[in-house]
Amino acid sequence: MSNNSPFLRQPASVQVVMLKVLAALLPGIAVYIHFFGWAVVVQIAIASVTALVAETVMLAIRKKALKPFLTDGSALVTAWLVALTLPPIAPWWLAVLGVLIAIVVAKHLYGGLGQNPFNPAMVAFCALIVAYPQLMSQWPAVGFTDFGAQMQAVFGHRDLDAVVMATPLDALRTALHTPEARATVSGVLGSHATFGNIGGRGWEWIALGYLLGGLWLVQQRVITWHIPAAFLGTLGLASLLASLASPDQYAGPAFHVLTGGAMLGAFFIATDPVSGSTTPRGKLIFAAGLALLTWIIRVFGAYPDGIAFATLLMNICVPLIDMSTQPAVFGHKGKQP
Amino acid sequence: MRPLFGFTGGVKPASHKTESNQGGIVVAPLPPVLTVPLRQNAGLASRPLVQAGDRVLKGQAIAGPGGSISVAIHAPTSGTVRGIETHPIPHPSGLLAPCVVIEADGEDRWIERTPVDPYALPVEELRTRLRDAGVVGLGGAAFPSFVKTQHGPTQRIETLILNGAECEPFITCDDLLMRTQAGQILDGAAVLAHIAGAQRIVVGIEDNKPEAVAAMTAAAQRAGLLVEVVAVPTRYPAGGEKQLIRVLTGIEVPFGKLPPDYGVQCFNVATAYATARALLHGEPMISRLVTVTGNVERPGNFEVRIGTPIADLLKLAEPKADTDRNLMGGPMMGFALPTLDAPVIKATNCILAGSKAMFPAPGPEMPCIRCGSCARACPMDLQPFEMYWFSRAKILGKAQEYHLFDCIECGCCTYVCPSRIPLVDYFRFAKSEIRAREKENEAADAARQRYEFRLEREEREKQEKAAKLAAKAAETKAKLAQAGDADDKKALIAAAVARAQEQKAEEKPGVE
Amino acid sequence: MLEALLVMALGSVILGGALGYASVKFRVEGDPLVEKIDAILPQTQCGQCGFPGCKPYAEAIAKGEADINCCPPGGEDGIHKLADLLGREFKPLSGEHGVEKPKSTAVIDENVCIGCTLCIQACPVDAIVGAAKQMHTVVASQCTGCELCLAPCPVNCIDMVPIPETIDNWKWKYPVFAVQKAA
Ligand code: SF4
Ligand code: SF4
Ligand code: SF4
Repeated sequence: MSNNSPFLRQPASVQVVMLKVLAALLPGIAVYIHFFGWAVVVQIAIASVTALVAETVMLAIRKKALKPFLTDGSALVTAWLVALTLPPIAPWWLAVLGVLIAIVVAKHLYGGLGQNPFNPAMVAFCALIVAYPQLMSQWPAVGFTDFGAQMQAVFGHRDLDAVVMATPLDALRTALHTPEARATVSGVLGSHATFGNIGGRGWEWIALGYLLGGLWLVQQRVITWHIPAAFLGTLGLASLLASLASPDQYAGPAFHVLTGGAMLGAFFIATDPVSGSTTPRGKLIFAAGLALLTWIIRVFGAYPDGIAFATLLMNICVPLIDMSTQPAVFGHKGKQP
Repeated sequence: MRPLFGFTGGVKPASHKTESNQGGIVVAPLPPVLTVPLRQNAGLASRPLVQAGDRVLKGQAIAGPGGSISVAIHAPTSGTVRGIETHPIPHPSGLLAPCVVIEADGEDRWIERTPVDPYALPVEELRTRLRDAGVVGLGGAAFPSFVKTQHGPTQRIETLILNGAECEPFITCDDLLMRTQAGQILDGAAVLAHIAGAQRIVVGIEDNKPEAVAAMTAAAQRAGLLVEVVAVPTRYPAGGEKQLIRVLTGIEVPFGKLPPDYGVQCFNVATAYATARALLHGEPMISRLVTVTGNVERPGNFEVRIGTPIADLLKLAEPKADTDRNLMGGPMMGFALPTLDAPVIKATNCILAGSKAMFPAPGPEMPCIRCGSCARACPMDLQPFEMYWFSRAKILGKAQEYHLFDCIECGCCTYVCPSRIPLVDYFRFAKSEIRAREKENEAADAARQRYEFRLEREEREKQEKAAKLAAKAAETKAKLAQAGDADDKKALIAAAVARAQEQKAEEKPGVE
Repeated sequence: MLEALLVMALGSVILGGALGYASVKFRVEGDPLVEKIDAILPQTQCGQCGFPGCKPYAEAIAKGEADINCCPPGGEDGIHKLADLLGREFKPLSGEHGVEKPKSTAVIDENVCIGCTLCIQACPVDAIVGAAKQMHTVVASQCTGCELCLAPCPVNCIDMVPIPETIDNWKWKYPVFAVQKAA
């Protein structure tokens, strides 16, 4: 312990920060449960337990103090994010595997809390989607909330044809990419049973849930406005321009912002401080780049959502962005009255 | 009303001012022995003028300025000099330093005091008087005030800022001084402004001190002075010199520049008061107001003689039993006193008794999660976590690139860090390490030069010697030629042998 | 899939370009190697490295004739810096040249000094003043602590005194928090 000034400390801790992040996820999760059933809670539970066990083992191997690190809550945040990006009816071992990749590989092999250059949850997501593309895109239909059947899918034999349905993003891309189909955005969005009014039935409400939690995080000063604003703004702008240019081919901003993982990404994934930019201007650039890559991968890529890959790509650029966006220091700003 | 500019960052810790600002000012009793350190100001230590056994009067100079950035030091009471002894001084290192130890005779007899009319004397004379009265900044850094009233040819001082912000929690000595001595403070400020050539005086006081603001405003009106008294928003560190200048004028003084580069200069209110005492009353700086507060039964403000043992002072406030440390200064920028034997010095604004309950040990240090809280709290717009990263890894050059030396060590970053990293400790370490290395490099450069100079000299001497020898050889040859060819060879060999011996002898001077 | 790969490839190309640009832009052209090495050496000029001074040792290192771990006054710190500069592996100080000692200065016992001037001739930086048959004094601020004056003194009146810690040279320590200091 130090016996030097300052002797006063604000009662803040990593734990409090992480708990606030978890709390902010709750509204989104509540809506999620409403539309997709309680399976997501089971996934979160599986992920949390795995995370805590993995964290304990890794800390023990690395001979680190258990208590402060285990209770800091960062492993739980990672676990929840992994669970929320998996389909709720994914087999249980997928969540376990994902969390193990996140905690063991992406976090501890890089030096543990505060040292990981990549967002652990997104590393896990990318690894899983590359390894198990099938499982990762088997989303249940909105409103399929039969808990028994879901548990059957998670823990037992998977017979899903009846319940699986493409996510809005998937459906849109598949329809537009099928060579012979002369599909248009409005055609797909209007006709398909998956779609609700804006971002897909249910999805838009979940997004609003995340938005609510995210705004609370901004108000609590856990995150700043830069990343969410730049992310959503850029994503909206890119899709707006594209849809203006060719409304048949590209979906508009409302759809992109409210579907898939956009809102979760904007407030909870891109804002991971460890692997993201930290300077105000850097955050704007980081989030804008992230949004642009997300949009590109969504529209032109083959994966259901682009956020995960985009995050990892932008994570690589963080040191460069931060270095070149250092804010001007007091007195070195040039203008003086 | 002047527009305020504010500054980014800062924190709002609980202010704890009411504990100590309720009562009046208590005059601390005269201790039997006073220990007056020779080094009290920033810059060079003072040079002693007395010896063991000398009788001194109260206010008599016992040490003179030890250089251009140094001031005189005076006997705080009348008595006998016991000697110049090494003694603990209030410093985080706990090291000893030379002090003049005076045994008080109890008479407390003043030396003859000569008040002056500052407006009738040349400005240079006033500066010398300030220096010889030992006036230094009383806000904490104890920088000689007469130096601050000067400015270089490219500089100017238009606005004199009086710092009464007192933003550190717990400390109230400036508050009390402003409430009770507003008139004297402004008189002193007017003199300082006169010496510095400033046209305007602006007083900045945090708005959690309404009584002080009122007293100063009233005094300004009474005196008919053109002084603006401005209440600034309460936010630590609004009383930092750079922050206060920015709040009041919008000017940012960067590291490496001085306020006069931008037309301003800043003095603490207590310094202005000391100036008034020194010039208008002829009383050198021998005492000051000290807040004693924290974990004590009777917190308050004391008028204390420089040289009073801190232990004696603390006793007046009756520290509680569970006091486990005593700080000099406030909780944000003060330091733990290694020993209470150290005396009160000119820079002592507060003695703060602390306990485990008051300053609970922060939880275990965690890795930095780059949350950026520290950067948002930093009033200097720095990126503390980057500086921390490099300071911790001892990559000092990189830390410097992130403007390490702009850090004012205010502690805001450490205050907010959720990982409870003692960031400022790393910055202090890195700064003093860099300074030490710079000194070492300078010494190494000097040594290199001296060494090269010596080599050159040796080389030159060798050549001179060789030239001498060659001349001699030529001479011998010529002689031989004259003497004829008979014993030619023999003579030549003899000469060569002689030369070789001579050379040998010259090469090893003084070995025999 | 292909598009994702393309995006990644594009990203890495941009990144590589940026890094390459940075490395070109921020490269420092500097003094020749010998001077850089010499700048790291402590300039004690003690000769413990086996060379008559720091500069000759620097030249030997630059030519590859000497190892980087032969300078005791420079210590481990100096070896680290040399290793960084030259891109070599760090190695501990070689014992045969001496050990790292706390920095000291020579002090002449003026009562014993016979004024023989031998130390003056030995001092590589002319830090000793005095004339023949008069007592000599070491100018502490110029003394590098090389100890070369100790051996020549016929009456052994020179001592090496470690530089004490004072308020002026005191440094804030590297933060260590394992130990709870008693306050
Ligand atoms: S406040 Fe602490 S944890 Fe957050 S960035 Fe700064 S040093 Fe790191
Ligand atoms: S201590 Fe230094 S880095 Fe920390 S907040 Fe204050 S000025 Fe900024
Ligand atoms: S051992 Fe002595 S002479 Fe050789 S480099 Fe080191 S300080 Fe210089």
